[in-house]
Order: sequence, then structure tokens, then C-alpha cells
Amino acid sequence: MINTLIGDIGHLSVIIAFVAAIVSSYAYFMASRATIDAEALTKWRRFARGAFYVHALAVITIIFALFNIIYEHRYEYYYAWSHSSNHLPVHFMISCFWEGQEGSFLLWIFWHVVLGVVLMNTGKKNKEWEAPVMAMFSFVQLFLTSMILGVVIFDIKIGSSPFILMRDFMPDAPVFAMDPNFVPKDGTGLNPLLQNYWMVIHPPTLFLGFAATLVPFAYAMAGLWKGKFGEWIKPALPWSHFAAVTLGVGIVMGAYWAYETLNFGGYWNWDPVENAVYIPWLVLVGAIHTMLAFRRSKQGLRASFILVITTFILILYSTFLTRSGILGNASVHSFTDLGLSGQLFTYLAAFAVLAVALLIYKWKQIPVTEKELTTYNGEFWVFIGAAVLCLAAFQVWATTSIPVYNSFLGFIGIDSNAALPADQIEHYTKFQLWAGVLVAVLTGIGQLTWWRKTDKSSFLDAITMPAMLTLLFASLVIILSNKFDVFDFKLDNPVYITLFVTSLFAVFANLSIILSLLHKKVSLSGGAVAHIGIALMLLGILFSSGYSNIISGNTSGMLYSREFPDEINRDNVLLWRNTTTDMDKYKVSYRGQFLEVAGVPEYVNKEILFRTDDEYSAIARADIKVAEKLYYKTGDTVELPTPENTYYQVEYKNRETNEAFILYPRAQVNPNMGLLASPDIKMFATKDLYTHVSSVPDPNEEKEWSELKEYTVTVGDTIILNDYVAIFNGVEVIKEVPGVPLKAGDVAVQADMKIMGEKKTYHGHPLLIFKDGMAGYYPEILEDLGLRITFLNIDPKKEEFKIGVNTTQKDYIILKAMEKPFVNILWIGTIVMSIGFIMAITRRNKEGNTTKTTKPKAVKKADKAQVA
Amino acid sequence: MKKSHIIGIIIIAAAIMIIMSTAGDASTYVDFGQAKELAQDGSKTKVHVVGRLKKDAKGHIVGMQYDPLVDPNYFAFMLVDTNRVEQKVVYFNPKPQDFERSEQVVITGNMQNDVFVADKILLKCPSKYVEKEVQQTTAGL
Repeated sequence: MINTLIGDIGHLSVIIAFVAAIVSSYAYFMASRATIDAEALTKWRRFARGAFYVHALAVITIIFALFNIIYEHRYEYYYAWSHSSNHLPVHFMISCFWEGQEGSFLLWIFWHVVLGVVLMNTGKKNKEWEAPVMAMFSFVQLFLTSMILGVVIFDIKIGSSPFILMRDFMPDAPVFAMDPNFVPKDGTGLNPLLQNYWMVIHPPTLFLGFAATLVPFAYAMAGLWKGKFGEWIKPALPWSHFAAVTLGVGIVMGAYWAYETLNFGGYWNWDPVENAVYIPWLVLVGAIHTMLAFRRSKQGLRASFILVITTFILILYSTFLTRSGILGNASVHSFTDLGLSGQLFTYLAAFAVLAVALLIYKWKQIPVTEKELTTYNGEFWVFIGAAVLCLAAFQVWATTSIPVYNSFLGFIGIDSNAALPADQIEHYTKFQLWAGVLVAVLTGIGQLTWWRKTDKSSFLDAITMPAMLTLLFASLVIILSNKFDVFDFKLDNPVYITLFVTSLFAVFANLSIILSLLHKKVSLSGGAVAHIGIALMLLGILFSSGYSNIISGNTSGMLYSREFPDEINRDNVLLWRNTTTDMDKYKVSYRGQFLEVAGVPEYVNKEILFRTDDEYSAIARADIKVAEKLYYKTGDTVELPTPENTYYQVEYKNRETNEAFILYPRAQVNPNMGLLASPDIKMFATKDLYTHVSSVPDPNEEKEWSELKEYTVTVGDTIILNDYVAIFNGVEVIKEVPGVPLKAGDVAVQADMKIMGEKKTYHGHPLLIFKDGMAGYYPEILEDLGLRITFLNIDPKKEEFKIGVNTTQKDYIILKAMEKPFVNILWIGTIVMSIGFIMAITRRNKEGNTTKTTKPKAVKKADKAQVA
Repeated sequence: MKKSHIIGIIIIAAAIMIIMSTAGDASTYVDFGQAKELAQDGSKTKVHVVGRLKKDAKGHIVGMQYDPLVDPNYFAFMLVDTNRVEQKVVYFNPKPQDFERSEQVVITGNMQNDVFVADKILLKCPSKYVEKEVQQTTAGL
């Protein structure tokens, strides 16, 4: 049965949301006019609020409708069919929601609604700001809701609706010609790479960050529009902090997801999709710094305008990059092209032109102070810091936009064949590393000058202690790493040493700030804490990426070709099942294929699971025990929540200490995407050991078995199978066969064989079943030994038994493993940075809410006096 | 000269440096003929080549060589570029698992000793297009 109602409700809500956004932005526009008729303004404002609430309600209805479609498996809708499936757990249904473009737009719209409602209801004196700021909000909502509108006017497609029915999406599919009411039984499922808990929280965090950048932008535009050039900074500042921390945490969450799920061997790949968020984040952080400088000394107002506006336009630009299909060959994970590139470009251009034109128009009126800053002014260093951040952003932007240049040149008729740099990591690193060095130095100097009196002697006073500690600590680490092999790496690269020393300086300098603020007013130290976080992140990146070490080099000595013996890194190693291979300081062995079983805390060997026709269930062929606790008995039916994932058990044993641990890198062969391998990571205090399979024998390809070799045996006979000694212990009649119903008259006989493997003894139990007068063979496959044993016949007179044996190549995996020193410092740094930001938000928010009687300048002076 | 002017000049200089380096590091899309010329001129720059896999009448890929049992880090195949020039490509990594299904391939690397050594392989699989998927699924029902 096709349920068109829910889709109609959804689609209608989209239209209502769109219209309400138009009404609300018009009404708020009317409410922001400069007229003396206060009553009319209040009326307009009330009306606009009402319209925005209607918009909010409509958006929530859209979300409800779309989630209902996914949750109820309504596969008559394209969105559910293409992003979900019957077996998807509920928490991943949330990820389906934003796997598609439409859903992710919806998420963005939703956050704008939430922030809009918060803005309407908080702050005592936001009456003067509400109308112009919310006019901007509604105006943005108008564009965003149009992206999911899904209507066609004069052959122009406006938006793509998430509520499109299958039969409307593919009217040419033969199945709909036969039966228009056809509903698929199952969906095509969620991209397996997105079936990860980080993908449940990473996109909402990122989009909240996206949405939050609208707040400072809207305030800046309102400030320009209403001629309140300096006043907007105060209410916008806590929001800028909020946007920066959310976006920053969102980026790192994405990085952590990539680290844990993808297999390019790291957390950052300089993919355009990653860069697209990194660029606005850098500019936004720059904007925060100029805004802070303005709050203290009325300088940098124009820069604040430029940077806040640029941040928002860059957010739109990143949306355009990742969703228009313009990246084409350049990115592995951009969204598919929905034919909305024109609309996205209009959106981008409209805001860019509007904002830039308004800024130019009002430029002359923006007040500037002519006071020259000295090098002992904190503001001076803050501005330099903002400039470095913007240059770093510009560098990433210039390269990431290469596909855009191609399209643009192609558009005006010039053929361009420029491609992204072949070695992107090298290209970006050579700038970003130095940007990191400068940022580290500037956070130290900037903070020290910011909190001190502006003269030379007090600066030297402040810098002596952190500088000495830095040199002491740095030389200690450098000597320990080079002379005494304390770490897994030698810190001898001068460039890396520079970054190391400067980051250490940033940590110590900011620590000294915190210490001096500690017995005065700790709440002011948010900046210092955030800066320590950044410095720790730089250290973590330096060690984990700079000294990432592949330990799975080819040790077998076998090379296919010796054409390029020296230059090529052979980073992958082949592991035969149950054969130990030496790798770095470990003995490594691959032990077999495992599956996840519901209710069992560890993975279960495939060999003791008898697979049934239902992919998601299996029958236990032996007791399933973990640490002596019995979870399932032989013959029990067990549930397999993720049958598509195979976990390859790999044992690592340290050759010196004999410490052993087991990793389960996983892989699945996806019909659409090929081999999807995800690593398993062993965390040590000083490093991560990162392991993934690079290739496995294709599980869909039939195994090539040797020709059947027959043996006639009696009880107690010993034979040699595939070089293994095997003993035929006898046969027994069994009553129950898992998965095969037996009737009266059917006979099932099971042979019992013992095979001595290299490591352990295996038991083979091939079955012979006489059912309805036919013989059925249920051979035993021992993957470890590459053996298939079939019980062929019984000769009751001679008490002889006939078995057949096929052999095959043993199972193997190709593995890549690497060590990432101190990657933990990166994650810890992120947390520290977030804490610093939250402290700053709390402080700035209080400040934003204070009434005008406490002059900000006075507060600042008091602060400065306190710490000086 | 004011301090802000000096800083302005430094920033502009840095921006120009960034643009120059971006232009210098940017790779290009070429065909195998151009890649060979580059290598003959002694250039070691890495380029992008777009090509198709050579397939026989049955749709099997011709000239593919991968035997993990001998060397898991050696994968060789023949690629035909847009000018229909055929070239042996070597990739010192395991074979990408969905390689057989791909139609169009983008490789990054350069010519060395008459073979193209690829650092990166980007596959474009026809099955990634939505329409085809739908027909497969509906046909199965």
C-alpha cells in the first residue's frame, strides 16, 4: 500500500515553511525600518515572530514526516529506499536522515530555527537587534527551504524534495509500468561507512557550527544596516565563540571518524570536503580575535566586518563546493549532483553581493582609530595572529578551488586541465606547518602582552620563565629521543623541532597566564586554556603525522618485479592463516574470520556458525563461550546484527616482552563500493597501533578446489591429507541436524575425524544424510587447513567408509599496519580547546547581558590592573 | 612608513607566494603521449591521466597482473587514454577490490622506464550511478 498522505504532509510543510520564511523576512524587514511610529514597528515585529514560529513548526513537521518515512520503512518513497533498509538499527536511521543532500539541508534549516528561536527569546535588550537580525535569519531560511522545495516552474527545477515517490523518481522503470502501486520490499541501505556512531553526532555538530556562523553574520549585517557599527560586536561575540567551538569540534569528530572508519591511514587527508570546513573555521577564529581587540581598544572594526562576512560566505562556498558536483574527480566523498548547482550558486552569489555591497556602501562611515599600536600592545599581536590565520585559510582555499577554476574557465570557453597537486599532503604541509609555528609563537606572545602593561621590561619579565622552561624541556626531549631511544622516533628534523619548540612555548606561556589569573579571576583564562588546547593539538599532529611509521613493510623478500627496487615503499604484507610472520618488533599471525553475534561480547569464529538462508541468523555448531561464560549452546540459533562485516582476527605478540594482544580489523565486500576495510586500533599511552586489511581473497569468487580424492577407511585409520596427519575416529548416527528437519526413516550419519594442524588439533564432522531415499552430503570445510572433507558412502558389510577430500589454497589476508605516536595528544588538545572556548563563551555571554551602566572599558581596565 | 604598512606588504607578499606555489604544485590532466614527453625531458612532475580499462569481448579486463601470493604490493594493468593510446601502469599497492567493475580510471603518477608508475588510483564505477542500481534491484524482485 502506498501511503501518500505522509509525503503530502511533508511536502506541504516544506511549502508552508518556505512561504512563512518569506513572510517573516518581509515583516522583520518592515519592523527594522527607521521610523518614529513605535507602535507600527511592534506590530510588524509581532507579526514577524508569528511567521517565524509558523516556519519553525512547519520545519519540525517536515522532519517528523521524513523520519516517519524512514522509521516505518516506507519504501514507496525514494528517500527511504535509497538511504535505509529493514535491518538498520534505529540509531543509524538517524544517520540516514542526513545521508542524502535534502536531509542535510533539513538539518541545517533545523539548527537555524533553533538558533532563531533562542535569539528571539534571550537577551533583555535585543529588541533593537531582533528585527534586523531575524530579518537576515528568515532571509537565509528562505533560500535554504527553497533547496528542498522540489517544484518545477517554467522548466526550472527549484530544490529537490525528500518526499518524492519511487514511481515519480524513476517513471521509466518497468516495474512501475506494470504496477504503479509497487512498493520495494527492502531499501538499498545506508552507506556502510556511515554506520558508525560518530556519523550520528558528527553531522549535527558540524551543521550546528554552520548554522551558528549565521548569528555573527546577521549581527554584522544588522550593524551595517542600522548604522550601529561598533555595538553589534558585543552580542555577536559569544555566538562567534560558540560557532568556532562547535565547528572545531565537528571537524575533529569528522577526523576521528575518518581515522577509525576509513583506511587511508590517518585522520586528515586534505580532501576538498574536509578543507571546505577548515577554511571558514580559520577565518572565523581570526574574526574572533579582531572582535576581541575591538572590544578592548576600539581597533580592528573594519577587519571584524570583513572577517565575519567572509566566514559566512565561505560557509556558503563550502556548501557550493561539496554539493554542486563541481569537485567531480577531485574528491572521494562529495555529494552526488542533484542538478541544483545553479540554485546553490545563486544562493552564494546573492549573499556575497548583498554583504559586500552593503559593506562598501557603508565603508566610509565605519569608525577607525588612528592610534598606532606598539609591539608591546596585545592587540598588535592579535592582529598579526588573525592575519596568519587568514593567510593559512587563503592557502587552503586557493588550492582546494582548482576544480572551480577549471569549471569557470570552461564556462567562458577556455580549456583548462589543471588538477589538484599530486602530493597534496606535501603541498599543504609546507604552508600549514609554518602557519602552525607562527600561530604557536603568537599565542604565547599575544597572551603575554595582552595581560601585561605595555612596555618592554614587563614583557621581558613575563616571557623569561616560559622561554626558559621551553628550552629546558625541549632540549631534554630532543636529547632523550636522539641519544637514548626513549621514543619510537628520533626528533631530529629541524622543521619538526621548530614546531615542537614553538608549540611547547605556547603551552608554557599560556600556562603562566593561567597561573597568574588563578588567584585573581580564573573565569578570564578561557583564552589561555583554548590556546593550550591548540598548542597540544599541534603537538599531537606533529608526532602522529610527522612520525607515522608503517611497520608492515614487505619482509618476505619476494618481489614481483625488480624494476624499481629502491624507490618504492612496499607497505603491505601477506599473512597466511595461522602462520606467524615477523613484523617490526611483533610476531603477527592471522587467525581466521570472525562475525559479530548479538549478545556475545566478543566476535565469534565463522567456523562455529552454520549460516542459514536468512543472512541475519546462524546456528551455533559449538558452544559459544567467552571467558568460560556460556552464551549459546550447540544448536542454538543466534542473531547476526552485521553479517556483511567480517572481522579478521590478527594476533600481535611482542618478541621481547611476549605481551600479546588481538586486533580485529574489519572488512566488507559491498556490491556497490568494493572492499570497505576499516582499521582496528590498539591504543598505547605513547602511540596508536593502526591496522587494516588492504586486500582479501574475494569472498564472492568460488574457491578453487582441487579434484576430489577418495579414501576408503576403517575406524582408527590414519591418513595424510594436504600434508596433515588425520585420524578417522568412527561414525555415529545423530538424531538432530541443525537446519535440516529429519522425518521418520531419514538417517543422518556423522563421521568424526581428527586432523593435526600446525598449532592445534581440528575435528572434522562431515555428514551423510539419507533423506527420502536420496543421499545428501554436508561436507566439513576446515578453512585453517584448506581442506574440505565429504562423507561419501558407508559399506556396512565390510565396515568400511568412503570419504572424499578436496584441498584449496589456504586463506590469507594482506595487511597494512602503522604506528602513530602521541595521537592522543591531538584528541586531548581538542577537549582542552573546547573547555577554553566554553569558559570564554560563559564570560562573554555575561558581559553581553550586562546593562550599559558597567562600561566594558572600565571592566577591562580593572581586569588588566588585576593581573598586572 | 607606518608599521601597519609594513605588515600589509608582508601579507601581500605571502599571498603572492601562496598563489605562485599553488600554481607550481598544481598537477595537470594529460594523455600518455604528453606524459612520455615530460619524462623524456627529464621532468619528474606527477600528472593525472584519465583512461579506460582495456576489456575483451566478454568484458574481462585484459593485461591485469596481480598475484598477492608472489608480491602483494605489485599490481599492473593496461590503461587506454582518451587518444586510445595504450600504456602499462604499475601500482605498488594491493589491487583495489572493485577494480574489475570500474569503467573510467583516473591515475596520478609519472612515466618511469616505459611504464607509468601510479601513486593513486581513483575509480569511477558505473554502479555508483543511481539509475542502474534501481534496475538491478527491481529486476531482482
